[in-house]
Amino acid sequence: MYHKFDVIIIGAGGAGLMGAIQLSGSSVAVLSKVYPTRSHTGAAQGGVAAALGNLEEDHWKWHMYDTVKGGDYLVDQPAAEILARDAIDAVYELEHRGLPFNRTKDGRIDQRRFGGHTRNYGEAPVRRACYAADRTGHMMLQTMYQNAIKNQVRFFNEYLVLDLLFNEGRACGVVAMEIRTGEVSTFHAKAILFATGGYGRAWRVTSNAFACMGDGMAIAYRRGIPLEDMEMYQFHPTGLYRVGVLLSEAARGEGGKLLNGKGEYFMERYMPTLKDLAPRDIVSRCIIQEIKEGRGVDGKDYVYLDLTHLGAEFINEKLPDITDFARNYLGVEPITEPIPIQPTAHYAMGGIPTDVDGRVVIDPQWTPMPGFYAAGECACVSVHGANRLGTNSLVDLIVFGRRAGRHIAKFIAENDHVPLPAEPESFARELLDHLYTSTGGESAAPIRSTLQNEMDARVFVERDERGLRHALDTLDGLQDAYKNVQLQDKGKTFNTELVETIELGFLLDCSEATIHGALARTESRGAHYRTDYQQRDDANWLKHTLAYKGAKTHDVRLDYKDVILIDDPIFKPKERKY
Amino acid sequence: MKLLVRIKRYDPEKDSKPYWAQYGVEADPIDRLLDVLNTIKWTQEGSLTYRRSCAHGVCGSDAMRINGRNRLACKVLMRDVGEKVTIEPMLGFPVIKDLVVDLDPFFDKYVAIKPYLINDDPPPATERLQSPAERARFDEGTKCILCGACTGSCPSIWGNPDWVGPASIVNAHRFIFDSRDQGAAERLAILGQSDGVWRCRTIFNCADACPRGIPVTDLIEQVKRAIAFGDTKTE
Repeated sequence: MYHKFDVIIIGAGGAGLMGAIQLSGSSVAVLSKVYPTRSHTGAAQGGVAAALGNLEEDHWKWHMYDTVKGGDYLVDQPAAEILARDAIDAVYELEHRGLPFNRTKDGRIDQRRFGGHTRNYGEAPVRRACYAADRTGHMMLQTMYQNAIKNQVRFFNEYLVLDLLFNEGRACGVVAMEIRTGEVSTFHAKAILFATGGYGRAWRVTSNAFACMGDGMAIAYRRGIPLEDMEMYQFHPTGLYRVGVLLSEAARGEGGKLLNGKGEYFMERYMPTLKDLAPRDIVSRCIIQEIKEGRGVDGKDYVYLDLTHLGAEFINEKLPDITDFARNYLGVEPITEPIPIQPTAHYAMGGIPTDVDGRVVIDPQWTPMPGFYAAGECACVSVHGANRLGTNSLVDLIVFGRRAGRHIAKFIAENDHVPLPAEPESFARELLDHLYTSTGGESAAPIRSTLQNEMDARVFVERDERGLRHALDTLDGLQDAYKNVQLQDKGKTFNTELVETIELGFLLDCSEATIHGALARTESRGAHYRTDYQQRDDANWLKHTLAYKGAKTHDVRLDYKDVILIDDPIFKPKERKY
Repeated sequence: MKLLVRIKRYDPEKDSKPYWAQYGVEADPIDRLLDVLNTIKWTQEGSLTYRRSCAHGVCGSDAMRINGRNRLACKVLMRDVGEKVTIEPMLGFPVIKDLVVDLDPFFDKYVAIKPYLINDDPPPATERLQSPAERARFDEGTKCILCGACTGSCPSIWGNPDWVGPASIVNAHRFIFDSRDQGAAERLAILGQSDGVWRCRTIFNCADACPRGIPVTDLIEQVKRAIAFGDTKTE
């Protein structure tokens, strides 16, 4: 089948839908591999930061400062300024579109504290996170989907994108498979927005949905687009023990505390000012340190999140969902018992490099690829640098999803379609033919499982050269095995074994860029902590990694581009203390 | 624990009608039923087909009929179902393959009740004001994840697939009782038609099935009263 639109958006989470609803009146189609309301934005819990100042004094510049410092100075500072300034207007836009925020007594949007968000450049925590109970992402996703319905956006639900097309130096379409029928279609467009999310399923203990397989990042990477800062991967401190399900930082924003096996509130010892509300990379490292020094619970690899002092009424009003997760999956009653937690794979700071209008840029000179846009977790603007602050993911979606949508509106007004390349579906059809006919005898599940165990063991909160080399060897073997994957299900109708196998290929590619970037970066910065290079090294490493896929399997080329700083002494890189 | 899992299977490319398949699996009492389905798919039967995504009850992908009741497979723990479990696709929807049903008609009905804020006044420079009490008035409906468990459990839908169904009414309620919304009359007119709220026979299957604990039947009753008495402002 052949479809022609002005704009094709891949992914129906926050960034994709925020882009889509800016484009009313244009011919826009959104492709999603799940029904839009199943997108992983819906799992975000705690809030969306914006310096509204509804409860106490706040300024966008303080938010910008926290973002830059939280990212351990790997943030492009002009982008952080846009993030913090645009957040205010974007939150109001969502309220006007119907998002049911919690309210203050006088009817304004209520705001709560969150990790790393401070007043007056680090003095004390500030109430900046606008929220809707502990399901802010759910409310945001619903609101955006509702507005897309209102704007009559065309949806292609349960379509898996397989390839991105270029011609005459421009992006011009995608090839996708309808999961229900197995039929392959070409979507021809003037502009393509990738909003495909992250790849948290590369780890076993993860907060991420099964859908988070790195689709868009890998498809771009295979087509010669670099991936930026993939070694910067966030492990959220409070995942439910063994299950990985997220317990929002809002739990600590509302007064919850971390407790070690000896009954000590240990964060006070490490970070005297912000304590439990220090940024996530730091809190996760402190938890690992406690465990390494034998102060995990019963000597095991977990600690507690303690909410018992907050009281039943408060917990039921402010944190109803996450306390249900603890009851349901661990049989723990959070009102009277502390909750077993461990760091869980959560968020990719890196991704497809873009400028502040969502335009994909393909080299250290910031050369744009006309017609190709990316936003949300799959993109790297870079506003999160080496560590994202809590709530800034939702801010990223609404600010840069919106900016991408608006820039696309201009682009499609000024440009026509370029013709499709010859035989646009050849790559996708070869991939499918290979998988349907392979008799290699391997299967996807054990390859994925080995990858996840390796990433948990060696590409986690702490890394070193020996471990990363081991991970690379393992990955090389898995990539070779992947070529021989053989399907049991050869059907066309809703073949989820086929879908999972294609997704595993995406996951292997994202992991490849991650491990190569991590091995090369011989310093510790933000979420990337090397036990063999424990200091941050601004002289050599105040720069972004760009990983390019080589011509042959296992082949990766690394390049670098400078971090953009602004001329303001407040934002000059310095040691990060909280 | 040793489990026996019975699954109603159907592949339109191979089977003239659905059949029951049985799988023996070793599982932990705290495993989710979704983990067990994954174990079967990844170690025994690669063609076993079901939807899943978030795996913790917030995305709504894996609603299915488990021991006769609609549940999310990721919210059911093995210790709660015993050593034998029977799984079928939800009733009331066409089956595509195994446990996957066609939800397009379900989402079409959602679209039909105008599930978006209707307010033509120019927005203020900051937020529209809403008191905590006004916000609380429609809170229950905002929890809906559109999994279809309520609609697929409703005998009125089994008898009449064209009926709008409980999930759409819950989402209409979410806007009808939102102090910022001006579209109540339009929605109540839609829901007052023959395939609207009055086909609800107050059976309460929907409220039992809801994985989000929404009192679905109560919300439907509130919408009925709003149509009958024209009152959307009070409880």
